[in-house]
Amino acid sequence: MNHTLESLAQLFGRASRKPKKEELSPAAQKMYFYKKGQKVTKAQLQELHDEHHKNSKNKWRKRRWLTLIAINLLFVVSFFLDIQLLEGALTASRFMGFHMADLNSALQVMLAHKQVLINLLIGVVTVLIMWIILGGRTFCSWVCPYHLLAEWAESLHLWLAKRGLAKNYTFHRGVRSVFYVIFALLAIVTGYTVFEFISPTGILSRALIYGPTLALIWVAFLLLFEVFLSRRAWCRYVCPIGITYGLVGVISPLRVTYDMTDCKHEGDCRAVCLVPHVLDLTIKNRSTEIEVPLGADCTRCGLCVDACPTSSLNFEFKGLTHKPEKEELPTMPDSGSAKQEQPEAKDNTNSEEPK
Amino acid sequence: MNDSKTDAKKKNITRGPGRRAQEARRQFLRSVGLTVGVTGISLLGFVPLKGDATTRLKMRPPGALVEDDYLASCIKCGQCVQVCPVNAVKLDDLDTGFGLGTAYIDAREQACDFSCDGLQCVLACPTGSLTHTLDYTHDTRMGFAVLDKPKLCLAVAGKGFKGLARGPDYDGLLRYEEIDRWNPIPLNEYPYDVEICDLCVQACPIEQRYNQCQDGKYPSGDQNQCPPERAIGLELIEEKNGVRHMKPVIYDGCVGCGVCEMICPTAEPSIIIDYNKLTKRPLSEQYIAKSKSGGHS
Repeated sequence: MNHTLESLAQLFGRASRKPKKEELSPAAQKMYFYKKGQKVTKAQLQELHDEHHKNSKNKWRKRRWLTLIAINLLFVVSFFLDIQLLEGALTASRFMGFHMADLNSALQVMLAHKQVLINLLIGVVTVLIMWIILGGRTFCSWVCPYHLLAEWAESLHLWLAKRGLAKNYTFHRGVRSVFYVIFALLAIVTGYTVFEFISPTGILSRALIYGPTLALIWVAFLLLFEVFLSRRAWCRYVCPIGITYGLVGVISPLRVTYDMTDCKHEGDCRAVCLVPHVLDLTIKNRSTEIEVPLGADCTRCGLCVDACPTSSLNFEFKGLTHKPEKEELPTMPDSGSAKQEQPEAKDNTNSEEPK
Repeated sequence: MNDSKTDAKKKNITRGPGRRAQEARRQFLRSVGLTVGVTGISLLGFVPLKGDATTRLKMRPPGALVEDDYLASCIKCGQCVQVCPVNAVKLDDLDTGFGLGTAYIDAREQACDFSCDGLQCVLACPTGSLTHTLDYTHDTRMGFAVLDKPKLCLAVAGKGFKGLARGPDYDGLLRYEEIDRWNPIPLNEYPYDVEICDLCVQACPIEQRYNQCQDGKYPSGDQNQCPPERAIGLELIEEKNGVRHMKPVIYDGCVGCGVCEMICPTAEPSIIIDYNKLTKRPLSEQYIAKSKSGGHS
C-alpha cells in the first residue's frame, strides 16, 4: 500500500527523497553496510561499463522498436490494403471488429461531450484491461509513434549537448499534473477536446494512416524544442496520456524490478531513462528493500534493463516470475560462473551519481 | 569597489547554498512559462470556430450531430474514412482548429452517393458523433441543395449537355445501378447526352430510390428504404416577364448528399449544398432535435 502511494506521488511529480535509516528494511541495511566496506575504483567501473556495452545487444530496445513500428504499420497496412484487421487510428480503433479506445482520448471525449456511448465504453474497458495486464505506460514506449521520434531526437540532443550546441532546460515534473488538470477542465468547460488539438500522438497516428497534414509542423516544432532546449520535454513535462496510463500502471503486475544485490550504483540506468526519478532508488541508501518494483511512471521501455551492467534491473510479471531471472553476466564473462561462490570480490562502489 | 562587492555576492550565490534555491526558482518560472505557452497554443483551436454552436465549419458525414456536439464527441480516429466506398469522407487539418482530425465531406470533389446503402460511416463511428439513430439514407440531413448560380445553370439557359460531366481528368466516383449495383465507377467513364441538362436530377440518389419505389422495386427489397418525399426535379418555370424555362427545383426530401454539386457540369457548380441549411419541414426539425439530444435514446 505504501509503495502504491509512493508510486502515485512520484507519478504526479513529487521529487524522490532519501529514506531515513529506520525506513530501510534490516536486510537492506545489512546489504548497504556490507557494500560500504567494499571499494571499487573508477577504472574498475569504467571497465565494467565498457565490457557490458561491448556485449550489450540492446535486446529490449530492438524488441520495442519492432513492436512499435509493427503496431503502427498494422494500422497503415490494414487501411491501405483494406483488410479490416486494425481499423481506425490510435485514438480509437477496431481490432478484428473489437472496439478499442485510447483511454486518454476517450476521457477527453467523455469530459467534453458529457455522454458515454456504449461502444466507447466497451472500447475503454477492453483497452483498460489490456494495459493493466501489460503495464500501463507500456503504451508510451511500445506503441506511441511520438515516443519513437522523440527517442531519436533525444539521441541528437545528447550528441549536440555534449558539444555545447544544445541546452537541457528542466521543468518541475509536477507541471505535467497541472497540465492534466488544465486539459480536463478545458474539456469540461469549453466542450471541445482541446488536448486532441495538440496531441502529437493522435496527429502522428492519423498522418501515418491518412496522409500528412499541416499539423505535423507542430510535431516538428516539439521535436526541435526537445533537440535544442529540453530533453524529452513533451513526454516528461506535458503529455497527459502518460499520467492516464501511469494510473493504470499502478496496479499492473508487469513492471521492471530492481535487485540491489549486485548493483554498483554507478547510474548507467538513470543516464538512459526517460523518467530517471523512478530509478532514484538505485542510488546508494535509497532502496528500502533488497528487491523493489519501479514506480508507475516507468514506461517499461527496457532501456535500463539493457544498460545495467550487473543485471540488477529486470522485467517481472508479478506472480509469474518469482525471482527476476538473471542471465549470464555478459559484462564479466570470466567470472560468470565464479560469481556464485564469491560475489564479494567485485561488489564495491564509491560513486553515487552517474556523471 | 561597489562592483567588486556585487561580483563577490554573485559568486557566493552561484557557489553557495543559495544556488539550489535560485535554480529551483528559475525552474519554477520556466514551468509556469511552459504551462502558459502550451495552454495558450492549445487554445488557438478556438480561432476558426464561428462562435455559434450550430454553424458548421464544413459539410459533415451523414448523421453528424449539431456542430458543437460533433466536435466534442468525435474521437478523431477516421474509422468513417476507412469504410466509405467512394472515399467521400476526409479528415480536417490544423486550419479548422478543434476540427483537427474530424471528418468532413467536400461534395464537389467527391460527394456521398449512398452507394454503401447501409450508412457505413454511421455504423463505424465509435462515439456516436454520427448518430446511430439513423436507419435509412433518407433520414440523413447533411445540408440542403441550393441553385446557387441560376445564371450558369444549363437547364435554365435551355441548353443540353453532351460528354463527360466533369471532364476526363476528374477522378470522383458514382454508382450507376444499371452498370454495377455494387461498385461505383469513375464519373469520367460515363458520358451523358441530354437535350436539356438534368444531370443533377438523374444522379440524385434520393430521386433514384423514389422512382424505384414508384415502380414497385424497393431498394434492397425493403419498403422502408423508400424516401417519403422527392428531393429534386426539373420544372417549367414562367418568369414575371413571361419567359419560360426549365429549372431544377429542390424539394423537402433533399438530404444534402452533394451528388448534384459533384455532377453539375458547369465550371463552377450552379447547384451547391448549403450545409448550414436543412429543410424547413418537420423532418429536419426532428433531426435537429435528435442530434441536439445527442441522438441516443
